[in-house]
Amino acid sequence: MITVENLVKEFGPKKAVNNVTFSVQRGEILGFLGPNGAGKSTTMRMLTGFFPPTSGKVTIGGHDIAENPIAAKKLIGYLPEAAPCYSDMTVRGFLAFCAEMRGLSGRAIDDAVNRVAGLCFLESVLHQSVDTLSKGYRHRTCFAQSIIHDPEVLVLDEPTDGLDPNQKHEVRQLIKRMGEKKAIIFSTHILEEVEAVCSRAMIIDRGTVVANGTPSELKAKAEGAGSVTLRVFGTAAETVKSRLSSLMVAGKVSVSSGNNAVNARVFPRDKNVNGELAKAVAELTVKEGWKFDELHTEEGRLDDVFRAITLPDTVKARND
Amino acid sequence: MLSDSIRNIRTIAKRELMGYFNSPVAYVFIVIFLLLNGFFTFMLGGFFEIGEASLARPFFNWHPWLYLFLVPAAGMRLWSEERRTGTLELLLTMPVAAWEAIVGKFLACWLFLAIALALTFPVVATAMYLGSPDVGATAAGYLGSLLLAGAYLAVTVMTSALTRNQVISFIMSVVICFFLIFAGWEQVTSLAVRWAPDWLVNTIAAFSVMPHFTNFQRGVVELRDLVYFISVMVFSLFTTSVILRNLRGA
Ligand SMILES: Nc1ncnc2c1ncn2[C@@H]1O[C@H](COP(=O)(O)OP(=O)(O)O)[C@@H](O)[C@H]1O
Ligand SMILES: [Mg+2]
Repeated sequence: MITVENLVKEFGPKKAVNNVTFSVQRGEILGFLGPNGAGKSTTMRMLTGFFPPTSGKVTIGGHDIAENPIAAKKLIGYLPEAAPCYSDMTVRGFLAFCAEMRGLSGRAIDDAVNRVAGLCFLESVLHQSVDTLSKGYRHRTCFAQSIIHDPEVLVLDEPTDGLDPNQKHEVRQLIKRMGEKKAIIFSTHILEEVEAVCSRAMIIDRGTVVANGTPSELKAKAEGAGSVTLRVFGTAAETVKSRLSSLMVAGKVSVSSGNNAVNARVFPRDKNVNGELAKAVAELTVKEGWKFDELHTEEGRLDDVFRAITLPDTVKARND
Repeated sequence: MLSDSIRNIRTIAKRELMGYFNSPVAYVFIVIFLLLNGFFTFMLGGFFEIGEASLARPFFNWHPWLYLFLVPAAGMRLWSEERRTGTLELLLTMPVAAWEAIVGKFLACWLFLAIALALTFPVVATAMYLGSPDVGATAAGYLGSLLLAGAYLAVTVMTSALTRNQVISFIMSVVICFFLIFAGWEQVTSLAVRWAPDWLVNTIAAFSVMPHFTNFQRGVVELRDLVYFISVMVFSLFTTSVILRNLRGA
């Protein structure tokens, strides 16, 4: 539904977005990650036709956004980062206006307003003026606007920003449900959100895509991903280390002891073999008759990947 | 599709117009407009002293000056507020062409000004009651006044797209509209001909609203005056679309 080819945006001498290419299919939720100023919002503004790109091409449902903007925009629902709403209107008035702009009329407008008010928990403020809303409500009002025409493509710029934990959870569930039938791209800097919601994640840094894959693929890139942690009681650290090291599939082994327990961490010899290591360690433990209370495989943390990929550049940018 | 365009323009104009009447500012504006109109007409214009119950001079004469401040005040927020609050991004990512949004906003504010102008009707009724003013000339005066307001408003729409600050938008449009009056104001042109060649004075004056507006005031509706006002509006609104495009292309 969304295809982006070699997208570039320059602001004067500065390249905010540099040669970004990706696509999002129906049924996919793409999480768009990156530190502040990475170019997430700028990319989204080009996707939605607000900024014309310096070069590159965006098509939405087959319509080129530059050549056929109206047809493309009809398919898109967009939540801008600042969640702007017309503050001199009531919530109902605002949503009805957006519905009308999206081509709905008569009863269909009321139905659409009531539907999104339900989805976004806005019933209690429908008659309130937008400028008297708290931030969370205003944000959800703008979110409601983006789905009022049940669009095939959703572009959400930090959809959970400024919400409390309960609201965050609700919005994530909503995105996840809608993602079954739509093509969704949303930006965030909350990593747990990506794991909870996305089918695929893309990390962008200083305008360039630096990683792209499913959340588990990305996590596997973390240092320590795939290693096995074991805690054993009543056995000498030396013994544990030498036994573990003798395993075929084991690579580096590190142990530390304290509180009469031995904490061991075994790294796989071959990072791409999954599950083998934990099994081997478990078998060894049983064979040796060790008493243990913990044995698990590290999944790798998205945080670590994110920091490893983007930190050097952020530091560099700060020093420029 | 034309019908889609009309629909978009109507939706945007409706929202904008409701925005005016949902806030007290609209009513304050109308009251000030009517009070100033009455003041100029009856006090400064000498409506009673002239002795002829003609509307042309005392009533319409002041409109270029009255509108000079009131029209920019009414229109200054049209785009600058969209820019300041970020709703511009919302509006222009909806399936609507920029020109439709520009025209919709312009028409809403023009209609609002037309309503304010229509409320001056008691003045006309007074004139009708006191004498027998030329109905045709009065209608021409109203038409000219409406076109004048439209021309100023189009300029204001343009300046409001230039900045996110309403006050700056107001000042810029007052300055431009002042030039539009000044270049062809009789008091200025009659002085200017003493040191500048006639053709130059006339050329510059042709850009002014004054010679065109005065014709309407006299009850004369001429095609070239209509063309003038419509050109000012089209030019300013077209420039607005260029400004909005550059804003996003930056
Ligand atoms: N309208 C603009 N004019 C000039 N520079 C801009 C503009 N919008 C964004 N930028 C710059 O482009 C870079 C990317 O910004 P943005 O896309 O907002 O990042 P993100 O959303 O990932 O935090 C930033 O360095 C920002 O300063
Ligand atoms: Mg951003």
